Amino acid sequence: MRRFLEGPYAGVLALAILVAVLPLALPSLFYLRIAALIGIFALVVVGLNLLIGYAGQVSLGHAGFFGVGAYAVAIGPTYLGLPAWLALIAGAAIAGLIAFLVGRPILRLRGHYLAVATLGMGLLFAMVFANESAWTGGPDGMPVPHLDLFGFRMSGARTWYWISGVSLVIGAWVAANVIASPTGRALRAIHDSETAAQVLGIDVARYKLIAFVLSAVYAAVAGAYLAMFDGLVTPETAGFLRSIEFVTMAVLGGLGSTFGGIVGAALLVLLPQVLTVFQDYEHIALGLIMIVVMIFLPAGIVPSLAGLLRWRRS
Amino acid sequence: MAEFLQFAFSGLTVGAIYALVALGFTLIYNASGVINFAQGEFVMLGGMVTVFTHAAGVPLPLAALIALVVAIIVGLALYRLAIEPARGASPVTLIIITIGASILLRGGASLTFDKSFHSLPPFAGSKPLMIGGAALLPQSLIVLAGAGAIVIALWYFLTRTLSGKAILATAANRLAARLVGINTNAVVGLSFGVSAAIGALGGILMTPITLTSYDSGTLLALKGFAAAMLGSMGNPLGAVVGGLTVGLLEAFSAGYISSSYKDAVAFLVILGVLFLMPQGLFGRGGMERV
Amino acid sequence: MSMLAVEGLGITFGGVTALADVSFEVKPAEIFAIIGPNGAGKTTLFNVISGLYPPRQGRVRLNGEDVTGLPPDRLARRGLSRTFQNLQVFFRMTVAENIMVGRHLHERRNVLAHLFTLPSVLAQNRATRAKAENLLAFVDLSDLADRTAGSLPYGALRRLEIARALATEPKLLLLDEPAAGCNPVETEEIDNVIQKIAASGVAVVLVEHDMKLVMKISHRIHVLDRGRTIAQGSAADVRNNEQVIAAYLGRHGQREAARAQD
Repeated sequence: MRRFLEGPYAGVLALAILVAVLPLALPSLFYLRIAALIGIFALVVVGLNLLIGYAGQVSLGHAGFFGVGAYAVAIGPTYLGLPAWLALIAGAAIAGLIAFLVGRPILRLRGHYLAVATLGMGLLFAMVFANESAWTGGPDGMPVPHLDLFGFRMSGARTWYWISGVSLVIGAWVAANVIASPTGRALRAIHDSETAAQVLGIDVARYKLIAFVLSAVYAAVAGAYLAMFDGLVTPETAGFLRSIEFVTMAVLGGLGSTFGGIVGAALLVLLPQVLTVFQDYEHIALGLIMIVVMIFLPAGIVPSLAGLLRWRRS
Repeated sequence: MAEFLQFAFSGLTVGAIYALVALGFTLIYNASGVINFAQGEFVMLGGMVTVFTHAAGVPLPLAALIALVVAIIVGLALYRLAIEPARGASPVTLIIITIGASILLRGGASLTFDKSFHSLPPFAGSKPLMIGGAALLPQSLIVLAGAGAIVIALWYFLTRTLSGKAILATAANRLAARLVGINTNAVVGLSFGVSAAIGALGGILMTPITLTSYDSGTLLALKGFAAAMLGSMGNPLGAVVGGLTVGLLEAFSAGYISSSYKDAVAFLVILGVLFLMPQGLFGRGGMERV
Repeated sequence: MSMLAVEGLGITFGGVTALADVSFEVKPAEIFAIIGPNGAGKTTLFNVISGLYPPRQGRVRLNGEDVTGLPPDRLARRGLSRTFQNLQVFFRMTVAENIMVGRHLHERRNVLAHLFTLPSVLAQNRATRAKAENLLAFVDLSDLADRTAGSLPYGALRRLEIARALATEPKLLLLDEPAAGCNPVETEEIDNVIQKIAASGVAVVLVEHDMKLVMKISHRIHVLDRGRTIAQGSAADVRNNEQVIAAYLGRHGQREAARAQD
């Protein structure tokens, strides 16, 4: 029992319960809409956490993959006549393929170099989205058609709350599976000592690549959801600040903690809502939070609180 | 030929600014091992503060001086309030902190100033010199001369003054520097101050040519970073050569290929360097010790 | 047939010769010690053999096969494992998980199965865990199985590294100062563990500063000084070799030599 509670599956179960009962507690569609947004961003962070929190590899460019998913559900139905669901799958597959091709060379880099290389990669994506206006609508972006499934139109906050909530639970479950498997142990080993991992027979490049591709697919799916939810996609969907937001969510909640990533996503989605009155202060607040949390809670909010609780108990 | 010269002039001019940003990276990286993602904001501050104090009626040289002082104070504060308290943190943590600082400064600038583009009057007239059929703005000459003067002043500071030598000593071996009585924390603080000053000067020099706005720092930081890497991270001469190279590559590709992907050049340089010669142009090989 | 054969190995760092023309062979079940003063090139030699540094000259053969320049994970597949002088423990994982990582090559590594935790993955996890618990019992760490490795005392970490290396089921084991920083009781335990490992047929190559331990358990000793071989033979041969006394024992090892005679 104790091992279960401390293991990754307890969090998944708690999350599933939370997703199921939350709508009862939310007074209006407005809140449901925000909850749906949190679910979408949390999905990115759960994937990114495999890469950053477990494998220890930074990426400042995942908004690029997010954008691939978002533009896939815009371009696929509009220009290629694909049904939206197929465009979504195609977008996730393309993002995974790009991650696979780009990942092998890029992941040879470490620390700051990896951060800058991924940042450059993300900016290249954003540049393509802004410049190839024939396909993407250029800087103004393009509308995204609705998702139709089994003859039903998927639209509105309530529908998207359930789509993003269920997807998040599935995403968290898959991440928990990975973490508890030989793949997860290999990733965590690489984080602590690449040299020792290699000497034990772990193909370090392969496992970094697996984490990179997985996190790219998570991001692409979430990007497609956001685009279909908003009905619009612009290059800012895939911009530099987006990438930074993703990493901040992961780090803020707590690297290496799936639940922490969800808390981080919730905080950063809620922040602008709370700050709408002082909209101009949003960036200042974001910057301050990043600095202050990193200085005082470098492990992130959730692990730090958990540590505090454990310490109190003993 | 005229076209070629024209691209070369503009490449060298922006390249000189990239070189200054790269020098800022290099100084801080050498002293502390931190890559300061807020380096571009110093350039932005230099330009924006000058623009707005000048617009408020302050004579240009004094406005530039004020901007320089503001940037140095911000640089020192960044170190004192955000970097020093997080000493010994992992690279990811430091990356987030300096990016946070960069977003904070950008947000502060958009509030204090505004969100539009600004320029300054050229320092020495706007009548271009014609060389081989290409126009060279007097301001470009000022940028190049100014950047050159900053490089020489920095070289003098690092090799001829006690504080500068303390920076070099700390860069070479932090522990040994501390053992001979150097206050390495003060040295890292100093490197942030000097970096901020170099960045701000670059911002002041370039604003008459390239315009500035609250968010001009991010791209500059990345291009400066590309330059610093091309010239081998931590090597001041390399930073200068790297900066000019990135500037030239960018200008030629914008001129001969396509200007809409001009900003991509820097990243292609980064990727190219990382994969083809990870030690940069001036680097030496090294192996990890286990 | 020798398990490990090193032939004329050489490597330089920035013009400084760290190893030159080092050759030796190690047989299965043999304990082969490499000694020498600080800076003799012992750890560098290990790093070359285990694939972390590519050699400039010479060849490394594992079980007769030329493996020069292969990366460490390929060598692990061929039965080489090692420990590190400056501990490379997975500090954020538990003690048991550290060992489980060592079982990596013996696990099915189908990522798709891992994504959806098929029943086979669960069964495999249980088997790996059981194997890890056996190994922990072997190095006497069973009580600490679920502690975070980072919270363990130094001596325990040394044994953890040995157990983790054994988890790969190596045919050749390189131990880099397994007794460094250990007290006499811990050293005694490690001494027993090494002898048991060798007795099971594994070829053990040992770098160690504790001369008493080296002289006691090694079948043969190879002496390096400034990257070059200066002697090789039994404990008695090496102890009486004048070059060794001059280069190593003579310089700062008188006391250790005296102790080794006890």
